[in-house]
Amino acid sequence: MNNTKDRVVMDKRAIKRTVSRIVNEILERNKGASDLVIIGVRTRGVYLAERILKLIKKLEGVEPPLGTLDITLYRDDLRRKTEWPKVKKTEIKFSVEDKIVILVDDVIYTGRTTRAALEEIMDFGRPASIQLAVLVDRGHRELPIQPDYAGCTIDTLSKEKVRVHLKENDGNDEVTVLQG
Amino acid sequence: MDFNRRHILGLEELSAEEITLILDTAESMKEVSKRDVKKVPALRGVTVCNLFYEPSTRTRSSFEIAEKRLSADVLNFTLSHSSVSKGETLLDTARNLEAMGASVIVIRHPMSGAPWLLAKELDSSIINAGDGSHEHPSQALLDLFTIREIKGNIEGLKVLVVGDILHSRVARSNIWGLLKLGAEVRVAGPPTLIPSHIENINVKTYYNLEDAVKGVDVVIMLRIQMERQDSEFFPSLREYARFYGLKREKLKLAAKDVVVMHPGPINRGIELSSDIADDAGSVILDQVSNGIAVRMAMFYLVASGGGNS
Amino acid sequence: MSILIKGGRIIDPSQDIDKVTNVLIEDGTIKSFPRSATKYEKDRKTQVINARGKIVSPGFVDIHVHLREPGFEHKETIKTGCDSAAAGGFTTIVCMPNTNPVNDNASVTEYILLKARTEGKVNVFPIGAITKGEKGESLAQIGEMYEAGCVGVSDDGMPVMNSKVMRHAMEYVKAFDIPVISHAEDKNLSGSGVMNEGEMSTRLGLEGIPCASEDVMVSRDINVAELTGAHLHICHVSSEASVRLIRAAKKRGVRVTAEVTPHHFTLTDKAVDSYDTNAKMNPPLRGEADMKACIEGLKDGTLDVIATDHAPHSEDEKKVEFNLAPFGIVGLETALPLSLKLVEDKVLTLNQVISKLTDAPSAILKLNRGTLKKGAPADVVIFDPKKKVKIDRETFHSKSKNTPFHGWELKGEINYTIVNGKVVYSA
Repeated sequence: MNNTKDRVVMDKRAIKRTVSRIVNEILERNKGASDLVIIGVRTRGVYLAERILKLIKKLEGVEPPLGTLDITLYRDDLRRKTEWPKVKKTEIKFSVEDKIVILVDDVIYTGRTTRAALEEIMDFGRPASIQLAVLVDRGHRELPIQPDYAGCTIDTLSKEKVRVHLKENDGNDEVTVLQG
Repeated sequence: MDFNRRHILGLEELSAEEITLILDTAESMKEVSKRDVKKVPALRGVTVCNLFYEPSTRTRSSFEIAEKRLSADVLNFTLSHSSVSKGETLLDTARNLEAMGASVIVIRHPMSGAPWLLAKELDSSIINAGDGSHEHPSQALLDLFTIREIKGNIEGLKVLVVGDILHSRVARSNIWGLLKLGAEVRVAGPPTLIPSHIENINVKTYYNLEDAVKGVDVVIMLRIQMERQDSEFFPSLREYARFYGLKREKLKLAAKDVVVMHPGPINRGIELSSDIADDAGSVILDQVSNGIAVRMAMFYLVASGGGNS
Repeated sequence: MSILIKGGRIIDPSQDIDKVTNVLIEDGTIKSFPRSATKYEKDRKTQVINARGKIVSPGFVDIHVHLREPGFEHKETIKTGCDSAAAGGFTTIVCMPNTNPVNDNASVTEYILLKARTEGKVNVFPIGAITKGEKGESLAQIGEMYEAGCVGVSDDGMPVMNSKVMRHAMEYVKAFDIPVISHAEDKNLSGSGVMNEGEMSTRLGLEGIPCASEDVMVSRDINVAELTGAHLHICHVSSEASVRLIRAAKKRGVRVTAEVTPHHFTLTDKAVDSYDTNAKMNPPLRGEADMKACIEGLKDGTLDVIATDHAPHSEDEKKVEFNLAPFGIVGLETALPLSLKLVEDKVLTLNQVISKLTDAPSAILKLNRGTLKKGAPADVVIFDPKKKVKIDRETFHSKSKNTPFHGWELKGEINYTIVNGKVVYSA
């Protein structure tokens, strides 16, 4: 039925450029990396967080702590039983107290994942601030949540799907929009 | 894999994959217990009722903490042992709790099979917190979790369960869990306390503790009920301790890094000599936090996945 | 009013009859087997029942039924029990004394018989208690109950544990030539057991009743019967060893007879899985080898009769924890299809099954029923052994629905039940 092909919105080089731009923006806005902690949202947010960390280290010579967040236990659709989510581990082995948390995810869509992530981080302590970095903002927000650093903003229909491929997980770097 | 059960009634009916999934989920839950705020919103809005027909502070508290860490609303309903045969029937009581909004019922009952009755007749999810001499799935899951944590793997281990197997729900659940995960299971105890035909389910029976303990990786010592002495089961605690109490020289026959476990509370000098009890004691304390994690996993799995097909 | 049953296959093991013919019933008795039906078809006073393709046999006799009245009318009454019997093809039932009050004296016996005459559709013969209150201590009013109409004595459900009391009971009944009917169970060995002891009881964590608790009492009772020369009838045999003991006793000439229930030759303790209280009865469902031994016992005649141990309990009483549920299941309305399975499985012939449901049970208690002899009371059942039926407890005439066979697809439909020349049930 689909006549139009899936469209590629970012390729490997575009992703690399974008991550590097995000890192620059983070460092510029926070005047360096001294108070930063970086937390990636499972699954692909974690790989992006690792890339961001690597660049910060290269540019600033410091290595902020890195954590991973599994938001399953904070989801608001658990009892709607639309799909069965497996719980994985959250690992934040440092204090977030008075830190600037850079929360990293691959895509922002309805905002519900971010809402859950914010709530979970708060349960670990009271950070000075939380800033959200995403590779793709595809719109269709259902909550008043906006990214601080967005790699690219794309127009999508809600029936379309945005697929982020990262080499650590999927073998290649690519962002595509799939017909619904 | 998905977890498609509405109830957790016993380990006999769970597959190895399902047991492993519960243990894996429990690992994630254990992390929550290490946080400053030991609470996640997963079961917000879910009312869980702890329906206990036997006094059990430990198990009930562990379930209650697990429920609260998942943000469930908790309703405690403890009835005396005697109310089982007198007064309101189990079904009527449970239906009342359902009417009060409970959608998960945790039941501890002195009679085997009571949770099955509720599962058949009610809409709620039922979690068995121990039924008669039948099963005690949460205790066995936490034993499996602890063994896996210490030994890395359960498959291929030689595990010995010692004591009153006949009346023990902990023994039955552990036997099923261990067998399913690929362990070799032995039981030892006085012949009066070994249930009939247990060899049919692939368990080796020993009446002599020295023979039984040879080469085992894990020993699970069951608590001996004081009321069993001076009965037709065995003559005295002294004689029981002499033949089936675990002492250092017997334990030397086991594998070098043998782990001794006990569901507690220990009768020192009876099931375990005091020095072994001290060693086992450290494992027991580990068990407390593992118990909460395992029970959180059980709740999460029945509440999120149950009946989703 | 007379009835002509036309063109059925008459099977009457009491006379060794198996042929297609007609049966004429007049004045409540079997009149004749007329060759031609034509004459009666024209007679307006004769009701003609077409039985072509059906079996016509003496009405079934069940020597082990609990009618629950007096005392437990919420489970069953004499009326509903008789309705259930009629629907199952039984024209004669024998009721056990464990009512409240216990049938241990002539006034209770008379009450039961009066109720049965006024409200019951089928013939009812009571069994009196062996001991007062079924307490196993002192003998009940056995002679007076015999005079009032009891056809045997039993403390069913509450076995006489004291061997001396049992000895005296067996001696005493010889004066009336009625059997002592034994529920053979060593209550101490059974303890608080609720199901068969074996792998299933271990899996389910339920206390078991070992076969030995039946076997030791079967053995004792046979020995006491040998000592006294009394007629001993053993109820609901369930274990392999008991079948062996009875076989050996019969061989050496002991006056012992025995019955088996349809559930004991159909089910094993696997039916208890998931704590189905409708699979809880006493003696309990046993293992595979025991079930096979019961079938073998039926085949070689060790087990003389099929009896249901119809034991109604209300739904509320059964929907409880397994330990708390009462023992027993209803059996009158499932007995024929379950027994016909034996024919299908080539264990017994159809004639043998009918014999174990008619003349054999009648003979044990000297009831003079279970026959189509000329002049005998016209107790007749007409059934279709090939007709498929699906057991549906909601259609039971019994007040209670406690059966493990709900939903089973079997064969054998009762078309008519006739008691003393009157149609009391028709499908």
